[in-house]
Amino acid sequence: MNAYLILEDSTVFAGTSIGAAREVVSEIVFNTSMAGYSEVLTDPSYAGQAVCITYPLIGNYGVCLDDLESGRPWPDALIVRELSEIPSNFRSDCSLGAYLQKYDIPGIAGIDTRALTRILREKGTMNGVITTDDDYDLETLIPRMKAYTTGKVVEKVTCREVTVYPGVRDLSENGPLSGLASFDREAFSRGEREPRPSLVTKLNGAGKRIALLDFGAKANIIRSLTSRGCDVTVYPADTPADTVLAGGFDGIMLSNGPGDPKECTQIIKEIRKLYDANVPIFAICLGHQLMALATGADTYKLKYGHRGGNHPVKDLATGRVYISSQNHGYVVDPDRLDPQVAVPAFVNVNDGTNEGLTYVGKPVFTVQFHPEACPGPQDTGFLFDRFLDSLDQE
Amino acid sequence: MPKDQSVKRVLVIGSGPIVIGQAAEFDYAGTQACRSLKEEGVEVILVNSNPATIMTDKNIADHVYIEPLTVPVLRQIIEKERPDSILPTLGGQAGLNLGMELEESGFLKEMGVRLLGTTAQTIRNAEGRQEFKDLMERIGEPCAASEVVESVEAGVEFAESIGYPVVLRPAYTLGGSGGGIAHNRAELEEILENGLRLSRVGQVLVERCIAGWKEIEYEVMRDSAGNCITVCNMENIDPVGVHTGDSIVVAPSQTLSDKEYQMLRTSALKIISELRITGGCNVQFALHPTSFEYCVIEVNPRVSRSSALAAKATGYPIAKVAAKIALGYCLDEIPNAITGNTYASFEPALDYCVVKMPRLPFDKFLTAKRTLTTQMKATGEVMSICSNFEGALMKAIRSLEQHVNSLRSYDFSALGAEDLRDRLQVVDDQRIWVIAEALRKGIPAGEISEITKIDLWFVERIHTLVRMEKRLMTEELTKDLLTEAKRMEFPDSEIASLSGRTEKEVHSLRLAFGIEAAFKMVDTCAAEFAAATPYYYSVYGRNEENEAKLPLAKAEGKTYKGKILVLGSGPIRIGQGVEFDYCSVHATWAFSKAGYETVIINNNPETVSTDFDIADKLYFEPLTDEDVEEIVRLEKPDGAVVQFGGQTAIKLTEHLMRIGVPILGTKAEDVDAAEDRELFDEILQQTKIPRAEGGTVYTAEEAKAIANRLGYPVLVRPSYVLGGQGMQIATSDKEIEEFMEIINRIAQDHPILVDKYLMGKEIEVDAVCDGDDILIPGIMEHIERTGIHSGDSISVYPAPMIGKLIKDKITDYTRRLATALHVRGMINIQFIAIDEDVYVIEVNPRSSRTVPYISKVTGIPIVDLATEVILGKKIRDLGYTPGLAPEAQYYAIKMPVFSFEKIRGAEISLGPEMKSTGECLGIAPTFHEALYKAFLGAGVSLPKHKQMIITVKDADKGEAIGIARRFEKLGYIIYATRSTAQALNDAGIKARRVNKIHQESPTVMDLILGHRIDLVIDTPTQGRDKTRDGFLIRRNAIETGVYCITAMDTARALVSSMEHASENGQLTLVDIAEI
Repeated sequence: MNAYLILEDSTVFAGTSIGAAREVVSEIVFNTSMAGYSEVLTDPSYAGQAVCITYPLIGNYGVCLDDLESGRPWPDALIVRELSEIPSNFRSDCSLGAYLQKYDIPGIAGIDTRALTRILREKGTMNGVITTDDDYDLETLIPRMKAYTTGKVVEKVTCREVTVYPGVRDLSENGPLSGLASFDREAFSRGEREPRPSLVTKLNGAGKRIALLDFGAKANIIRSLTSRGCDVTVYPADTPADTVLAGGFDGIMLSNGPGDPKECTQIIKEIRKLYDANVPIFAICLGHQLMALATGADTYKLKYGHRGGNHPVKDLATGRVYISSQNHGYVVDPDRLDPQVAVPAFVNVNDGTNEGLTYVGKPVFTVQFHPEACPGPQDTGFLFDRFLDSLDQE
Repeated sequence: MPKDQSVKRVLVIGSGPIVIGQAAEFDYAGTQACRSLKEEGVEVILVNSNPATIMTDKNIADHVYIEPLTVPVLRQIIEKERPDSILPTLGGQAGLNLGMELEESGFLKEMGVRLLGTTAQTIRNAEGRQEFKDLMERIGEPCAASEVVESVEAGVEFAESIGYPVVLRPAYTLGGSGGGIAHNRAELEEILENGLRLSRVGQVLVERCIAGWKEIEYEVMRDSAGNCITVCNMENIDPVGVHTGDSIVVAPSQTLSDKEYQMLRTSALKIISELRITGGCNVQFALHPTSFEYCVIEVNPRVSRSSALAAKATGYPIAKVAAKIALGYCLDEIPNAITGNTYASFEPALDYCVVKMPRLPFDKFLTAKRTLTTQMKATGEVMSICSNFEGALMKAIRSLEQHVNSLRSYDFSALGAEDLRDRLQVVDDQRIWVIAEALRKGIPAGEISEITKIDLWFVERIHTLVRMEKRLMTEELTKDLLTEAKRMEFPDSEIASLSGRTEKEVHSLRLAFGIEAAFKMVDTCAAEFAAATPYYYSVYGRNEENEAKLPLAKAEGKTYKGKILVLGSGPIRIGQGVEFDYCSVHATWAFSKAGYETVIINNNPETVSTDFDIADKLYFEPLTDEDVEEIVRLEKPDGAVVQFGGQTAIKLTEHLMRIGVPILGTKAEDVDAAEDRELFDEILQQTKIPRAEGGTVYTAEEAKAIANRLGYPVLVRPSYVLGGQGMQIATSDKEIEEFMEIINRIAQDHPILVDKYLMGKEIEVDAVCDGDDILIPGIMEHIERTGIHSGDSISVYPAPMIGKLIKDKITDYTRRLATALHVRGMINIQFIAIDEDVYVIEVNPRSSRTVPYISKVTGIPIVDLATEVILGKKIRDLGYTPGLAPEAQYYAIKMPVFSFEKIRGAEISLGPEMKSTGECLGIAPTFHEALYKAFLGAGVSLPKHKQMIITVKDADKGEAIGIARRFEKLGYIIYATRSTAQALNDAGIKARRVNKIHQESPTVMDLILGHRIDLVIDTPTQGRDKTRDGFLIRRNAIETGVYCITAMDTARALVSSMEHASENGQLTLVDIAEI
């Protein structure tokens, strides 16, 4: 079936329909990760967006349910150059096409994704429509596209109720250490899921209780904490600060999430209360932006965002550069920071944008990138250790 | 961290002659690194024995020593030049080993010289087997478990502890005989018992078998501050068991999920950090195909063949960045040259698929085993880029220039399904063609994947191509079908053959449909940032944006006199090596200097010419008529030069002319006149130059008729080939039949030449001709008499044994031939001198393999001059006096270097077909010292044990006596087989007789295997019988590391050089930059 991707500047890409054959209007963004499409698809931060993967061969290893970052795919649509119909990987549960079908996610394949990326790079992120209607009408589509906003997507992706995830009591519960993990194919096909290899070598979170505010949290944030021994309590995004504080947690994490941080006005107010409460806080991505907004700083929208697994970030304290996993369209404006409140901790080596903040006089540390990886480099996973170790000093 | 200001003079060690496993990639890496160092104001002293390289040019380094790569020579250079640092990680394993030896001897410390980049301790940790294993164990990174055992019981115990299957490798047996893979205890006991018996020391290595696992590589960079990045990862299509150099490799990995990808990436970074490597590093993993289990296979703490590939595949200049890191810079301080406004501290994102295929030399070594193992056999490689895997594979196949352009090119259609199942077990260079045939015969992809252990994904992709073949055979050629076939990069010729049309019809049809190639950029970042210096690859599709049509930032405001297309020389192969890349690059630079915009097309990832900043535009594409035409249609060049790119470029001439591209320099019809027998005979008559009598034939009958008319021996060869491919000396009708059969296995477009074989001195010249005048930088004389290919002969400049009369005659003939052929640019001529007569053997109106060598030793930049001449300048205007240039005050000797030990079953005796893979130079004030250095550079450092074996054919016995006497005088104990011993004894030489192989022990083979022999002189009798004694002696000598000579002239040269070896080992150093 034909499909068309139409941008609000009237550019039309003709391709083939993949996944569900329904029409969708969304914000079009691109991600440059070469592996990890299943993690991208299930990252709630993509809610309200249609994501184009710049690597051309997608679906090669199918979808492995163990690798998903949440219970379902979140993007409005998937845009690829070529969808692999016959996946090959020992853990593959289904093909990517079948997975999209199952969750009614539309998409388009067979287009010049590089040309699309170049347009988004030059003109900035824009809205678009994906349709299978050969007789689409630009006149009616363009106003619909222009009217589109991602809106209050956090509400859509956050959990509905409080859940507690107990931390591991013994490292062996994490499964074998990376590289030594053998795998029982028969057991796997029977549905017995062995944990995948772990990098964690010490339980520095043992006995600690962490609250995670879920604005669209990726599963690996929770896993990064529980595998280090922490008990994690996940709260819906609209949970009042007082409720969280009443839990007497050792530390609080603010998760990643989708959309424009400034839309989250109520959440920002609650975060301010957490800030004032002097509890140790570690925030990632949207959480980082919300904390900045809660403390008087500002955010702005990047021309085309950072989405991929190859972004260099520099730790300003040590001068070390790490390759990070990123997914954000908004960024904290370092020029609007009050140095009495927060100072930059990480900066993006490519474009100099802010990648992290240390709050002055507060046990608060926030990053724009994704130390939980999945997809992408695991280089900054040590930040979880830094957070957990800091709890001991409090 | 900013640059370390204390680094002012750096010695860079090159990798020496090109051999299998160490090829042009180090010229690329070294050249890039030297330019990077000079850019920082560092004075560069370069040592590399390989004269064919660009890195040994005086504009690349400040001081250039084309000297043997030995510790004493390096010490001498260090004493003379007093560098403050050495950079040893750019010259492959050879360079690294030298750096380590110098460091370990304490000499560097004594001289106040330090190793730049990675430290000696790090190199030891990475290179030492035990050290590496211990380190990996310490940091929890798994290696394949192994243990040396001396009894069956110990072997069983160990095998049961690590699990079956296990690989068994007996210590010290020839070519791994007695080894094998044991899948259970019974097999283990059987193989182990046998292996222990065969091993001379009674030891067998028992190792966990990881054959069949996925082989994955990561290219990693680390700076002194500890910042690490991975440049890219690569997946070998051929699983573990085939050397990565012989594997088809794809980048990035295709079948790894993010979990496996990141697991291995993290491991690679952990290893490089733990080893504290500063610079580039390659980590190879074996990944279990159905689990997360992996093993670290090896780590190369230096730039490597894989890093050259990764650099070209991503656009990330690994060697350049490694050089900057060595100077103290951090990754985030080094700009990304492609984007211009980001930094080296990022990881390239690819938005295309890269396929690398090896160029294997089995077309040269017909007797060699084609199977692929852990011993690399490829002489070179090609790389292709496309937006889909199928297309990249198809492009890579036709880039090989081995008469293959599709998955049907090797025909296995005669095999039935059962035979194919058996054939699939064989791991050789034709496996993907077998897979394609198996798919055609209906063997399921899953089963093929089971048998071959090649991931199902790749087999399915091959299946896609096979299905397209069928569609093209059965369906109407609609626009959609044709678009889809082109998307997978089916060449027009293949579509034509499948659809029963002519290539021209298909071509017109697709143009009528508007199906043309579009070009995309390699920009390191998947279009995330604007690129300043990108390069291009083609794609076909429904609506592909053509980025090559967009204006380039770096071209803004520039005006050019015109646009020149430079055609590269494709993969490195025997007969067409790095020399032609040298010529292409120099021509490009010269055109650029003259104010022209330059466009290079090439497909070899190992070369300097495919570095993105050599030409104004680089197209990484196959060098076929069709692929070039697509680029021409877009670029509309004002002219193309083909005379620098070897036979690859020459072959494109006809088509370029047909599509309206003017050929700059010598006209195509004149090139034809040199290659076409009858036309050339006319030229010779007209210029009154004699040549050996002969004729042209198509069949064996015709050949025999001519041979009998001329009288044996005769020379038989195809026309339009390089490196004497298929050339043979025939001594009988039977041999003519044999050779004609081999030549005609591949359809010949041109006739075959049969000439009377003349024996004399072989002389070679390279010259520049401007239409009126010629300039010969120097006359080269071969040590070996005619009959041995010029590329395999030791070549001496200035010609020592011929007088003025002959030299004048050669100069005159060269001028007459060059002007008669209307040469504009380069010409290469080979002559035979017999007494005072000079005959011409062949004329090549193009650049040759001796051009870099003769340019460097005479200081005359021939390629630059040829380029100027092509653009209309006259030799006189360029500051040179026409004719033969004055001779230099020293001798420069080019020594061929072979890689026979790498190719099991290859016949090593020399003949008219070229077999050497590389060359080195000996340059010195006297002939004998130059000769000594040349042998030394080729790794011949004698005497050692002062024992040798002589076994020569009857015709050579007379000469053998003189040579043997000289060796005896040098203190050699001479062993000889029966008739040779007799001849030597009769002449009063104390030769000890040894038995032939099939006689009782001790035989000649026992001597060789005893490791106490320096040298074997074995001149072969005719014939290609692999079971003959001579063949076995030569093979075994080579495989045990004994130097083996198969021509009397070479033997005489060796003994002369040894007689004149200096007492104290001191050599006279020559700085090429001062010539």
